[in-house]
Amino acid sequence: MKRRGGSLKTRVGMVLALLLLLAICPLPTQAHLNSTGMGPIYDGLLHFLLSPEDIVPVIALALFAGLRGPEYARRALFLLPGFWFIGCLIGTTTTHFVPLPLTAVSFLVFGGLVAANVQLSLRTTSVLAMLFGLLHGYLNGEGLHCTVSIVVAYLGLVTGIFVLVALVTAFVIRLRSPWARVAVRVAGSWVVASGLLMLGWAAHRG
Amino acid sequence: MSGLRSRLASRWAPLLFLIAFCAQSTQAHIQKGEAIGFLSGLRHPISGLDHVMAMIAVGLWGAQLGQPAIWVLPVAFPMVMALGGMMGLLGIPLPGIEYGIAASMILLGAAVMCELRPPLALAAALVGFFAIFHGHAHGTELPPGENGLLYSMGFVMATGLLHGVGISVGLVHRWTWGRMFLRFAGAFIAGAGVFFLLRPAA
Repeated sequence: MKRRGGSLKTRVGMVLALLLLLAICPLPTQAHLNSTGMGPIYDGLLHFLLSPEDIVPVIALALFAGLRGPEYARRALFLLPGFWFIGCLIGTTTTHFVPLPLTAVSFLVFGGLVAANVQLSLRTTSVLAMLFGLLHGYLNGEGLHCTVSIVVAYLGLVTGIFVLVALVTAFVIRLRSPWARVAVRVAGSWVVASGLLMLGWAAHRG
Repeated sequence: MSGLRSRLASRWAPLLFLIAFCAQSTQAHIQKGEAIGFLSGLRHPISGLDHVMAMIAVGLWGAQLGQPAIWVLPVAFPMVMALGGMMGLLGIPLPGIEYGIAASMILLGAAVMCELRPPLALAAALVGFFAIFHGHAHGTELPPGENGLLYSMGFVMATGLLHGVGISVGLVHRWTWGRMFLRFAGAFIAGAGVFFLLRPAA
């Protein structure tokens, strides 16, 4: 048993060492390299990963779905990226800019749901995930011209959302200790706090 | 020899892996000031001893009170603090902020020192009341040109982690010597609060 544990440790160590090697040997970023045809995907993915106003509410929704269980997580996993993509396409076809800090609403809603550990029905959660995807997708797409590369960028963006939701929900579903679940709720309260300040910040800037 | 190698690999590889991820930000395509906004927000609560001690006192008191206050207070505090921060950002004046922060140290320190056990609603209301002062100070001290959202996230997280420190230390409450230690810590925080209260007046 001890020997098996030792070999597991060795394997984990080797995997981590390999990952370290990969991390310190980065390839050039190809976010804007159009010649490969992969540029827009990276563009979309990095746009999502570098946008805290998008990534934080997605994490909050994933935390909430994870707290509620696997069925909720499955719904969020497929509905959110799907409707985000649709929202992007709708946004691309319009030129109407939304001046209000609507993303702050997502912070407040999903952060609040996590902090209060609200027992929402599966249907309501699905509707919220769809609305959330549509709203943020619309805000991502508004004002952009519809081209093939933009659609490919949206695919990269929603792929990032899919992976993030999958990772976060899988992590939270496995949590059994009450302490760990309380820690998730505390994280929800941080999201609400950030949302409130985001509203204040928007008003401050006028 | 292979045992030594595997021990070294399992101990150091995760650390090196973490270090590799703590790289400086490349600023080629990042909105100017983003990373700086988050880091300055993260540093802000730690830079003021009055904030640090009050946050730790919240955690200590929560640990003393036990369930459910141990998690209700750290969940409620950031949200109410953010309301105060919003007031600061909107330019809504709040008189005597420094006195409020010092008073939070005195009262929370005294609560820890005396092991006060008020009803949960009262404890949450007290902590929430003082959270507004702390939040307002953060909101008004937002450095110009910084990214507000990242700054806010940074200081909310730092505040939450300070509560976590307080709760972790407060877990010594289960032992007799630990209870004594916490009472001394509460007295120290209250004493420091008196110092901070007199300092603005001086």
